[in-house]
Amino acid sequence: MNVAWPAWHRVYALVLRYFYLLRSSWPRLLEQIYWPTMQMIVWGFVTLFLAGHSSWVAQATGVLLSAVLLWDVLFRSQLGVSVPLMEEMFARNLAQLFVSPLRIAEFVLALMAISFLRTLIGVGAAALLAIAFYGISVFELGWPLLAFFCNLMVFGWAIGLVICALLIRFGLGMESLAWASIFALAPISCIYYPLSALPDWLHVPALSFPASHVFEGMREVLFERRFDLARLAWASGLNLFYLAAGASVFLWAAHAARVRGLLLRVGE
Amino acid sequence: MIQREIERSGARSPADVIEVEELTKRYGNVQALHGVSFQVRAHTITGLLGPNGAGKTTILAIVLGLLIPSGGRVRVLGEDILRHRYRVLPRMNFFSPYVDLPQRLSVRQNLEVYARLYGVRRWRERVDDLADWLDLGRQMARPYGALSSGQKTRVALAKALVNEPELLLLDEPTASLDPDAADRIRRGLQRYRERRRATILLTSHNMTEIERLCDVVMLLDAGRLFAFGAPQRLVRRYGRRDLEQVFVDVARGRIGAS
Repeated sequence: MNVAWPAWHRVYALVLRYFYLLRSSWPRLLEQIYWPTMQMIVWGFVTLFLAGHSSWVAQATGVLLSAVLLWDVLFRSQLGVSVPLMEEMFARNLAQLFVSPLRIAEFVLALMAISFLRTLIGVGAAALLAIAFYGISVFELGWPLLAFFCNLMVFGWAIGLVICALLIRFGLGMESLAWASIFALAPISCIYYPLSALPDWLHVPALSFPASHVFEGMREVLFERRFDLARLAWASGLNLFYLAAGASVFLWAAHAARVRGLLLRVGE
Repeated sequence: MIQREIERSGARSPADVIEVEELTKRYGNVQALHGVSFQVRAHTITGLLGPNGAGKTTILAIVLGLLIPSGGRVRVLGEDILRHRYRVLPRMNFFSPYVDLPQRLSVRQNLEVYARLYGVRRWRERVDDLADWLDLGRQMARPYGALSSGQKTRVALAKALVNEPELLLLDEPTASLDPDAADRIRRGLQRYRERRRATILLTSHNMTEIERLCDVVMLLDAGRLFAFGAPQRLVRRYGRRDLEQVFVDVARGRIGAS
């Protein structure tokens, strides 16, 4: 394995490639905003209803909407990594990239950068609309929001890298995994309910993922007005582990693709 | 035998841009390459010929570092491609009609992205030069996906030349082109070789193209390299009318490695 600092001009070149694609296609741009906005609208009405009928939600009216928007950070950041790779595969451009001087680490950094941009566009727009529609601002979480956002984004990248690895290794037949895999984690991520709502035997699996720490932390901020640094430390530590694991799986897949000659035969 | 022939022809020299020794590649139970050895001298155009499935693309992919061989050694521009591919990738480039470029990006955007990936200084000038040279001026603002196959080939060639590579690997460079477009590409490649003193390794099924372009031809059959030499020399050696007849007889098993 070559160990070298990334060349930022190559990372920038690839980010530019994805930015040009995003800019040139209004359906792509609309899609970034569409789902977070739809989610926000549906959950906004649910929030308004429950605020008058549920003492739990009434204590912190923004809890459901904040959860929806933060969940979308995780979902969008994962898609933000795996969708550009699928676009390279659909365009039969992957081999061109792999015979250029672009290193694997630079490729991954570019995927993360464009993922950040896409998430910011999608979730940012929905967050602003939530203020306009319901007067509920996720920004009221204060600076812990930044910690939650970063942790969910990094976890999304880690999952996205594993999906990219599977796409490279097994081809576009894995496409549906890119869209569906994150939902397998949803029940134990404690997005809309506290950890205590889960059966005891699911506590350890739930706490082994950073998302549950983030959502528990979010509720603590909203209900108790306190930010637990230990939770942040747990989430960040787990993220380091998952990101390293995701990168390792991606490297393994890239190597396997070079052994099996998959890069020239990218497709379904 | 082929090794003796290569040595007799004086091909092995410090000026070898590609040195391949005992290259093998196995995909599961399929042996794609059987101990292939050859050298490609600097500033030559070398053709890699053989029927479909002979192993031509496998060799190109290994030389590019896109495929890891099962055995053997490959040095490109003086570097071991398996260990130091990132040292040589900026000095080489690749064209194949079987890979593509992003369809929605304009021609200029595609060339810009690749120029930046290759770290081309003054990329705007370089892209404009290539547009002039390959007659792409009117296509630069159009999406790549909206071009005809001939125009796409010229864009892909522009991408392959964007970093002024010392070594250019071409997989069937004129496939899908009409005779006029193909002729322009061939002239362009010859001019590029002369101006840049570049080395070109190409595969093709067009024997006229091979005879016209190549200084040296390597014949490959079922993963074995069995003949090496100037096109006319191979025609004389096998007593055939032309290179096309040699190729047909290789494909039908009348000439071959076995």
